[in-house]
Amino acid sequence: MTDPQTIIQAKEISVHYGSKKVLDNVSFDIGENEVTSIIGPSGCGKSTLLRSFNRMNDLIPSAVVSGEIIFHGQNIYEPHLDPTEIRYQMGMVFQKPNPFPKSIYDNIAFGPKVAGFTGDMDQLVEESLQKSALWDEVKDRLKDSALALSGGQQQRLCIARALAVEPEVILMDEPCSALDPISTLAIEQLMRELKKQYSIIIVTHNMQQAARVSDKTAFFMNEGDNIGLLIEYGDTQKIFSQPEHKTTEDYITGRFG
Amino acid sequence: MALILEGILDPRNYSNKRWRAGIFEQIIKVILLLVSAISIITTVAIVSVMIFEASLFFQNVSIFEFLTETRWTPLYSSKHFGILPLVTGTFLVAFGAMFIALPLGLMSAIYLSEYAPDKVRQVIKPVLEVLAGIPTVVYGYFALLFISPILQSISESVKVFNAASAAIVMGIMILPMVSSLSEDAMRAVPRSLREGAYALGATKLEVSLRIVTPAAISGIVASFILAISRAIGETMIVTVAAGQNPTFTFSPFVPIQTMTSYIVQVSLGDTPTGSIEFQTIFAVGITLFTITLTLNMISQYIVRRFRNVYD
Repeated sequence: MTDPQTIIQAKEISVHYGSKKVLDNVSFDIGENEVTSIIGPSGCGKSTLLRSFNRMNDLIPSAVVSGEIIFHGQNIYEPHLDPTEIRYQMGMVFQKPNPFPKSIYDNIAFGPKVAGFTGDMDQLVEESLQKSALWDEVKDRLKDSALALSGGQQQRLCIARALAVEPEVILMDEPCSALDPISTLAIEQLMRELKKQYSIIIVTHNMQQAARVSDKTAFFMNEGDNIGLLIEYGDTQKIFSQPEHKTTEDYITGRFG
Repeated sequence: MALILEGILDPRNYSNKRWRAGIFEQIIKVILLLVSAISIITTVAIVSVMIFEASLFFQNVSIFEFLTETRWTPLYSSKHFGILPLVTGTFLVAFGAMFIALPLGLMSAIYLSEYAPDKVRQVIKPVLEVLAGIPTVVYGYFALLFISPILQSISESVKVFNAASAAIVMGIMILPMVSSLSEDAMRAVPRSLREGAYALGATKLEVSLRIVTPAAISGIVASFILAISRAIGETMIVTVAAGQNPTFTFSPFVPIQTMTSYIVQVSLGDTPTGSIEFQTIFAVGITLFTITLTLNMISQYIVRRFRNVYD
């Protein structure tokens, strides 16, 4: 297997909340059209790292990000860049499904509208819902409230909503942690489908999930006072079969965490 | 009572200390019941007196005349009993006040909930709420002695007593109510919705107007209706600044009279108890009560009906 092209490079990323360090000097490359999973115990900076990729940490007043995220040859933290422009290119799916209290249709249309989309909205909504494998279930009730959908459907709606702005990267923050096993399998199936077109970064607590869906795995850990360290990064298969570090092995075999 | 206390009074059931604690609990319960009954009894009494006196009034004046006649002159020798001038006067001031309070209140709620840094919010919110603590008579004279002359300097057709200056000041008075309640509703919108919208590339303004405001709409509308209801029931500002002329008009620049200031006018005078003039204040009172009660019920219905339930 040839190495895929790099789409995002994280270079010496550190994040502080006030005086508290949550991510320590992390560098690694994300491959295009791959699923990269970020695993590790709670509080080791996984979500913080994910939120650094689309500058969502900007919304937290006390957060300070240092280092560079190189995307298309440009550091997204360049001061002149508008974070909203970056977010058009990086869709995000959250831990708990968070559909807007609007109709299914309006949930999908919201992103394109704020991005100034002027094309055929009906078609875009249909395509987005088809990509997230929700179209057949909702095509007859697009005007119904999104809150009436089941949890699994809501999460697929949130994926469709993220896809509607035509991003290149999809960031997923424990997207299945609030879902039942069947909905989880549906989302995982969807991720395999989506990576043909998109690059996916997923934070997960579920190691079987990381092993099932991802091509590369990054393992994060705290060691004593050193918070948010990238311990090991590489092919998922290798990380789960012959990890280089003792800590990684202990974690994936469930000896702690 | 006896049945409730029966088991408790039997000392065999309790140790001495437990037994006394049980008695104490029962006494507290009865006291609290009586106290809460007082407010209910008072309300029932007020409403009954109002209905009784108003029914005497409606023995002399038909409801049809009361609701359709456009002259209100119970204190003159040629008496007409049409509530419409008082109703239009009241709504002129109340809607004028909403015209000020609604946009300003909503904008300050959006600012406080979405834009203001925590430190700024902690200062502005209490300051806004201080506005609610200013005595209404002060607002009334502020309207009469400060706002009216300004309006008069703009146009000569504005009279000293007018609905507009009362409405402007009343708008300022109910502004904190609108902004504070709307802001509470907006802050109750889950953070995850805002994040979802930001992650799609929405700006702060788009998140505020297209996500947070619609999601909080039930609370916002309820705050509007409560504020209208408050404006309709407000007495002092209109008594001081809006005039005492029950005129059937939609012009905000001439003296008018509201339902509340009419009641004040009659109550202060030497109207003999039991006369038709005296009974009019109950007829006006019950009209006022019906309007505000209806508005409060609508607002409660809206809160329940349109609330989005987030877990």
